[in-house]
Amino acid sequence: MKLHARFRPLARLLHWSMAVLIIAMLFIGAGMIGGAPERYSALLRVHKSIGITILLLAAIRLVYRLLHPAPALPADLPRLQRAAAFASQVLLYALMFALPMVGWAMLSAEGYPILIYGGLQLPPLMHADAMWYAHLRSLHSLLGYLLFFTVLLHLGAALFHGLIRRDGVLSSMASLRRP
Amino acid sequence: MPPSTPRSASPAPVLLKLAIIALVLLIFASAFGYAGGWLGSRGLTGSAMVDALQANADPHPGFRRNHAKGICVSGYFEGNGDGARLSSAEFFTATRAQVVGRLALAGGDPYVADDSVPVRSLALQLRLPDGQEWRTGMNDIPGFPVSTPQAFQELTEASHPDPQTGKPRPDAMKAFQARYPEAAAFGERLKASPRSSSFANDTYNGINAFVFVAADHRRHRVRWSMEPELPFAPRTAAAAEPAARDALFDDLLTRLDQGPLHWHLIVTVAAAGDASDRAAEPWPADRERIDVGRLTLTGASSEPQGSCRDIVYDPLVLPSGIEASDDPLLSARSSAYAVSYRRRAGEPPGDSAINDRKAGSAP
Ligand code: HEM
Ligand code: HEM
Ligand code: HEM
Repeated sequence: MKLHARFRPLARLLHWSMAVLIIAMLFIGAGMIGGAPERYSALLRVHKSIGITILLLAAIRLVYRLLHPAPALPADLPRLQRAAAFASQVLLYALMFALPMVGWAMLSAEGYPILIYGGLQLPPLMHADAMWYAHLRSLHSLLGYLLFFTVLLHLGAALFHGLIRRDGVLSSMASLRRP
Repeated sequence: MPPSTPRSASPAPVLLKLAIIALVLLIFASAFGYAGGWLGSRGLTGSAMVDALQANADPHPGFRRNHAKGICVSGYFEGNGDGARLSSAEFFTATRAQVVGRLALAGGDPYVADDSVPVRSLALQLRLPDGQEWRTGMNDIPGFPVSTPQAFQELTEASHPDPQTGKPRPDAMKAFQARYPEAAAFGERLKASPRSSSFANDTYNGINAFVFVAADHRRHRVRWSMEPELPFAPRTAAAAEPAARDALFDDLLTRLDQGPLHWHLIVTVAAAGDASDRAAEPWPADRERIDVGRLTLTGASSEPQGSCRDIVYDPLVLPSGIEASDDPLLSARSSAYAVSYRRRAGEPPGDSAINDRKAGSAP
């Protein structure tokens, strides 16, 4: 049983552009903490701007997805894999919102002015509070690593569909052709 | 798309394909592990810098990992307009900026005797009514011993006391200065510069270079200092008495009860050829110096009662019109201050040496 339906072009465009941005963000985040202190401030500057961009794109993407449901998965896909696919998509969506929101909130709790795109100042999401900062800062790391592992599984699953099951799921997202 | 068939592929290619998938995932995960430094150190990091600072004092949870002993001060800053030629920052025009600052002593010991610390500091958070902010941390030393984060780390390590005796290790410091002659030269300058008797008559230097961007987009590399209105008075021998443990802070509180204290923000403009990326290299004394405004401190409160404890005086919180220079210490400071704050924010606040004290019109 093979799937021939595809995601709409806008869904594919959003998926791939956001995949590039999110993977870049994971590396920028890890690199600014685990890398040379000389590069920290430049990396953090782009980290904040790209992070808020992801939040905006995620909102557009969620609305679009609710208006245009995804093509059905192959009918013979085992129940467990179906459930895993659904759960991982929900988790990916949740993290696309949670990471930038927690990033924004934690800088608010730290009492930092939040400047993005070279000068636009975002309003704080909460009052400055040291203990909240400590918790949100740890949560941001935790969610970042969770996102990384979810993306890793998602990538593995996509390759599994594309190379082994060859059931059209990969090309439903990874094709350049019209639906 | 080829027609759908090969779910019945032979086992060997399936294993091969599984291996390819595993390899792709492994490469992806390793790249991430490398970026984050979890697959072995990639060299110096902000948290390694704070670890090294922490190792130079007993653990003091809840305190800053450097400049641990301090007091909150408050007041305002008024630009006099003369800075507007160099920078479009609104802080230099007549608007009054609210100030929450911190006067402190360098080092990780919040209970240290005031006179035993060679470096005093003034950190300021300046805020305009529209929410724009400028933070700066300044030290009362004539320049800086090092120019790179790596050299700062080696300096911190050379300052580790001997684990057996708890005493400083002069040979480690000598070896460090042999590697970094600019640190030895700074040591001479420090020895030659007289120490003042009070926080109030001390000069605080921003040390790192910044870039002022004027309304016409011209860029000027600058350093800045806060110079006191009170005349310099030398430190006296009495400051070394054991009873004078908190004398600098007591003196500050007494003075602020009598009235406000004032400083002037003096901006020094680099000439072509002056290095902005080497903090240890002083600029020639004849560079243009401009008085751009006046700081007034009206009150002080000890940290538990004041509002400076949870502020990170990150030197890269800058308003529009002021930018970072190419000085590599700036980014390293941002990184290390964030690490220090993350650690202390998660700990219950410690008992400050100066507690339950207030002076002047405290916030
Ligand atoms: C999809 C969005 C985002 C991802 C995937 C992401 C990921 C990460 C990661 C992996 C780290 C390193 C954590 C560690 O190793 O401890 C990090 C740190 C950080 N992120 Fe994000 N982040 C996102 C959005 C944001 C946003 C929108 C902001 C702020 C507006 C932000 C601010 C920060 C800050 C301030 C740090 C830590 C800096 C420090 O403590 O020195 N992030 N992020
Ligand atoms: C940061 C990285 C990624 C994120 C956050 C992400 C997120 C998502 C989400 C939320 C969906 C559900 C469809 C939608 O609403 O758009 C999806 C579908 C899909 N993604 Fe990704 N993705 C990422 C990277 C990748 C990569 C690297 C691949 C492939 C090599 C891939 C392949 C697919 C495929 C084949 C689908 C369709 C699956 C289905 O219909 O269930 N994705 N992705
Ligand atoms: C790379 C070199 C440096 C490192 C690693 C470093 C590290 C630190 C740390 C960890 C703190 C505590 C921050 C907090 O918890 O909020 C601190 C405070 C401070 N540092 Fe540095 N520092 C460096 C260079 C400098 C320089 C060049 C200056 C000179 C002007 C300076 C001035 C200050 C001041 C004034 C404070 C105290 C701020 C306050 O009262 O809260 N530091 N430093």
